[in-house]
Amino acid sequence: MMTMILAYNAVLLSFASGLLALLSNQRAMLMALSQRYLTSDFHYPRCRKFLDRILEENRHASLHRRAVFVLLGLSGVFAVLAGLAVMMGQDSLTDQIGLGLPWLPWHVRFDGLSGFFYLIIGIGVIAVSLYGPAYVAFYQESQNPFAVLGLFTGLFVGGMLLVLLADDAFFFMIAWELMSVASYFLVAFQHEHSANRRAAFIYLLMAQVGALAIILSFGVLASFSDGFTFDALRQATLSPTWASIAFVLALLGFGMKAGIVPVHVWLPEAHPAAPSHISALMSGVMLKVAVYGLIRFCFDLLGELQWQWGVVLLVLGTVSAVGGILYAMMQPNLKRLLAYSSIENIGIIFMVLGLSMIFMANGHPQLAALGFLAALFHAFNHSLFKNLLFLGAGILQHQTHDLNIDTMGGLIQRMPQTSFLFLVGCMSISSLPLFNGFVSEWLAFQTALQVDVLDNGVLRSLIPVSAAALALTAALAAACFVKVFGMIFLGLPRSRNSEKAQEVKDKSMLYGPALLAGLCFFFGIFPNLIINLLNGVAKQLLGQSLPNDTALSWLWLAPVSANKVSYSPPMVLVGVLIAGGISFWYLRRNLETKTMRRAAAWDCGFGGLTPRMQYSCSAFTMPFRRIFARVWLIDERVDKEMQGAMDMEVKAVHYHLQVQDHSWPRLYQPITHGVNQLAKQVGRIQTGNIRVYLGYSFVTLILMLWVIS
Amino acid sequence: MTWLLAIFQTLLFVALAPLLAGWLKWCKCHLQNRQAPSLLQPYRELLKLTRKQPVVAEHASWIFTRAPYIIFSATVLAASIVPLIAVDLPTAAIADVIVLVGFFAFARFFLALAGLDIGTAFGGMGSSREMTISSLAEPAMLMAIFTLTMTASTTNLSFAIVHVLNEGLVLRPSFVFALFALMLVAIAETGRIPVDNPDTHLELTMIHEAMILEYSGRHLALIEWASQVKLMLYGVLIANIFFPWGIAQGFSIQALAYGLLAIIVKLALLAILLSISETLLAKMRLFRVQEYLSFAYLLGLLGMLSHIILEASR
Repeated sequence: MMTMILAYNAVLLSFASGLLALLSNQRAMLMALSQRYLTSDFHYPRCRKFLDRILEENRHASLHRRAVFVLLGLSGVFAVLAGLAVMMGQDSLTDQIGLGLPWLPWHVRFDGLSGFFYLIIGIGVIAVSLYGPAYVAFYQESQNPFAVLGLFTGLFVGGMLLVLLADDAFFFMIAWELMSVASYFLVAFQHEHSANRRAAFIYLLMAQVGALAIILSFGVLASFSDGFTFDALRQATLSPTWASIAFVLALLGFGMKAGIVPVHVWLPEAHPAAPSHISALMSGVMLKVAVYGLIRFCFDLLGELQWQWGVVLLVLGTVSAVGGILYAMMQPNLKRLLAYSSIENIGIIFMVLGLSMIFMANGHPQLAALGFLAALFHAFNHSLFKNLLFLGAGILQHQTHDLNIDTMGGLIQRMPQTSFLFLVGCMSISSLPLFNGFVSEWLAFQTALQVDVLDNGVLRSLIPVSAAALALTAALAAACFVKVFGMIFLGLPRSRNSEKAQEVKDKSMLYGPALLAGLCFFFGIFPNLIINLLNGVAKQLLGQSLPNDTALSWLWLAPVSANKVSYSPPMVLVGVLIAGGISFWYLRRNLETKTMRRAAAWDCGFGGLTPRMQYSCSAFTMPFRRIFARVWLIDERVDKEMQGAMDMEVKAVHYHLQVQDHSWPRLYQPITHGVNQLAKQVGRIQTGNIRVYLGYSFVTLILMLWVIS
Repeated sequence: MTWLLAIFQTLLFVALAPLLAGWLKWCKCHLQNRQAPSLLQPYRELLKLTRKQPVVAEHASWIFTRAPYIIFSATVLAASIVPLIAVDLPTAAIADVIVLVGFFAFARFFLALAGLDIGTAFGGMGSSREMTISSLAEPAMLMAIFTLTMTASTTNLSFAIVHVLNEGLVLRPSFVFALFALMLVAIAETGRIPVDNPDTHLELTMIHEAMILEYSGRHLALIEWASQVKLMLYGVLIANIFFPWGIAQGFSIQALAYGLLAIIVKLALLAILLSISETLLAKMRLFRVQEYLSFAYLLGLLGMLSHIILEASR
């Protein structure tokens, strides 16, 4: 029960932070009024003083912002505690809240799976609320009021937490909509730019279409059972066809939210539009809620899994992973790049979930548990490093007033702390050993390599190919984030803004990213802490734990069996430290050559190296653009401006590059076209003639009478 | 005792790497009718470099000066998990072959960053090309390795080698494909002809050299040494996975000496093979490398399919 209270507290505190944001904006005015009228008969000097200090012109706004974020942070802390408690406790708690429809109170259930996602949300929210106060100070109150931002952030976080608690379809949808709609307002927060309004509209549209698909999938399940509670839905027995229909609808609905290709287009639009700490929450946390929805629906409610669904997930996941990272590589806008990279990571999660489903349906529940665990661990890792990178992007935007990678450069000298934190994020997302991203990909590979137990020849050859695609994804991700870090932080500054950039003044902005970077490294070295928790979740949900869960000590990671595969991150760390330390010590023992001599970089003897001679973002990715040319819609032009007597002298050369997503012309434009056509056809019956309309009413009336009689 | 042996094997690995590079150069010189430098020349060069004071570009950051140590230690760690003269050493359990690929990725990540750090066009060009080639080579390499690991049903190198040893001399079509795939990948990853030319300093053709153009002194020594270790690593992988005979399965002095002899002979033969191919082939255009690597991937895929269709137990 204690756990339940913690969980409720997390929700209530997030709502409270939203309300506080809204309320105290009004109260500032009221207090000022009361101050004016209460001067004569107000006798408590201490209280007076306190009020005065709070209401002081300059400090009030910042104090208030801090208070709102403190509440939000507390909500995160409670979420982490609740999540940990329920995962340790290994049982599921149920409850009912007397809200909602009269015959259907809100059913609440808090089990290991919800607890794990509670943990993900909690960590994200804590990091964001450490970071938030300094970041939002940047917005002008008149144009972008804090009340709106704070209110919807609170509602958004509360909505996400409620989704995890829901145990009936109605409650689930209410919470889901709360999350979607609140985040719509956050995307539309900087509505003065038309691009942001468009992004928000696309987001809302797709969120609603997705919600419709989810409602329909619940409807399919509910029509085979007697009620809308998840318990009733679990009991439903469906024919394979209907189960597949429910699965496809759920995949569409949750996939739209998660951003799986080809229903991903809202992501790269909405993430750059939202404020950075919100994009961090949306990308790091909200996409995971969609993954939660899919897991809950397929692994928990739907009952018997079919291996074909696993193949669908595997293929979609592979396409999203490879496509996402290839698109990410081409983006010059940092936040768009990160959004596409989220698509990649969600793709990896879906891929491993698909593997898990395939193993489950073929009667290998232990291997299914391995895949399930790899997927959840990757979701956790992604929430850490993607949050970190988005918060870093926010700092960069704050300090250089730009998000275009091509205009940055050399920031490692000017922003050493930010650059270090960002480097940690880049290393974990590129899945390098010693960082958390690597562990989950390693587990994913291990799952894929267990394919030998399957009988189906197609699956046996499909899965290794998708594992190779995963390897391609990892290598491309490394290339992409080498580019990101190299272009932003290394080299020479490419613009005045980045030349003048400085480290953030308010160091509290670095605490959030520092927390996340620390966790990325910590869980890269001691992944077993999370894996042990997840093992419990798998036991609860799939009824199976890892093949070799006795061998999980803090030192060794040997999920299948100790004499088959093992990986020991702490020992790798020790090895690297020893090797690096010895070489460092040995080579610098000579005092004469210990200090390095600084000299100008080699310029081939021509002199005058300028920042414009450096490789740019589009130059770095040029080989990829040629090799994978078919993947994008590339519009590349070189315009020469001529001058002189015969117009033969080149005055200036303009290089123009635009990379577009295939899904717009292939999928969405036909749909919009079709909808417009349909609307035109429907428009024909609206003649504008009153007699025709009266005729319609008459016919309808007759029809109704005929139906009734 | 086994730990000591493991550490000894790692040290031996790192110490022998320049010798392999020297032997390779020697073979190549003789094949090309040139006078060969002494076999110990790479050692002399490394020693000379460590004695010199490094010169670093003005605006180089800590990434540039620390990267050589990171690259070197990642490569040494990779060397420590690959069985050289004996199997069943405790270091082999620290990490499996997927982590080995991860170590290479780690070293490469920092090498590419160091290339970008100075802000000259050379570094950027090298980094961009290196990342392109490696991202194509990595799936091909894993495809070849998966064939092996599925046969041996383990990703631990030591166990896999023992498995191959126990099977005896069997001709497996999947292994033949995987061997060729891994050889092609090894050439690409270690920057040899026809993908990259380690001896050139012509800007249009170089990849690895372009990235490390700004390095000097001990930094250069570390990077050069690391790339020699990497070359040897690929050699040992090919030699010990596909032709493991001779490797010590026990820890007696005799077995170990025999294992050392075996690996030296195997590596010497592989180096002769490499030097012949380097003499016969010309470096190819950068945008032909994708075809080369997709061919390697295709070979790996064929190996995998032939394992599944022809050799699997059911």
